[in-house]
Amino acid sequence: MINPFINATINVLETMAFMKVSAGKPYVKQDNTAVGDVTGILGLTGVAHGTIAVTFEEKCILTVVSNMLGETMDQLNEDIADAVGELTNMISGQARKELDELGKVFKAAIPSVITGRNHTIRHYVDGPKIAIPFETNGGEFTIEVCFDR
Amino acid sequence: MDTSIKILIVDDFATMRRILKNILKQLGFKNLVEADDGTTAWDVLENQEIDLIISDWNMPKMTGLELLKKVRASTKYKTAPFLMVTAEAQKQNVIEAVQAGVSNYVVKPFTAEAISDKLAKILK
Repeated sequence: MINPFINATINVLETMAFMKVSAGKPYVKQDNTAVGDVTGILGLTGVAHGTIAVTFEEKCILTVVSNMLGETMDQLNEDIADAVGELTNMISGQARKELDELGKVFKAAIPSVITGRNHTIRHYVDGPKIAIPFETNGGEFTIEVCFDR
Repeated sequence: MDTSIKILIVDDFATMRRILKNILKQLGFKNLVEADDGTTAWDVLENQEIDLIISDWNMPKMTGLELLKKVRASTKYKTAPFLMVTAEAQKQNVIEAVQAGVSNYVVKPFTAEAISDKLAKILK
């Protein structure tokens, strides 16, 4: 169930921000502290219940949004938070499309965004938190996927 | 394509409205108005003359699908071009939108070429 989220993340970043993206090795995250400085989180319901969180280091998201909008972004602000929400939404949509083709139908809620160093990511269900780190030419980000089964 | 037409862009994310505006401006469209949900979009549609609607699906207050159904049920806009640009890419979503009368459908993420191609089809 993790691969659709990896494929979706690469597709969204490469298409919307024109960046080369490579996925690292997934691991089980033990704590709730965000790896990044700004996080989009979105609830999923359907054949299982869970959440996807996308958390970006500041340098990475500034590069991503600068590329998306074609203008230089130099600080974390409302524009960046809005973009992270939409990126989370698109990653969820692409992943749900691939899962749908595998017979696993999910619906998504509207994403929320948290900003600040060492903020907490609260997944909506109590399951293993699978984290997948990504590298780009603009910095690093991580997605977390957590399902109840 | 007639680039003098008035286009309404509906999306709850300002980022997406900016991206779409950038693409449309590059294509030569200058007459662009925005709304951040279906309810606000309907107010714009009632009070202005809009030639083309580009709408997201998943929005608070009134979704893009609800907006599409309202548009198709109206006398003023029942045949107006309506392009859905959405992250909702599951087969059932596309079927629902087609049944509700969408003119064409673009799945996010998209390229500028994808938007240009779909507009050329629905505005020819």
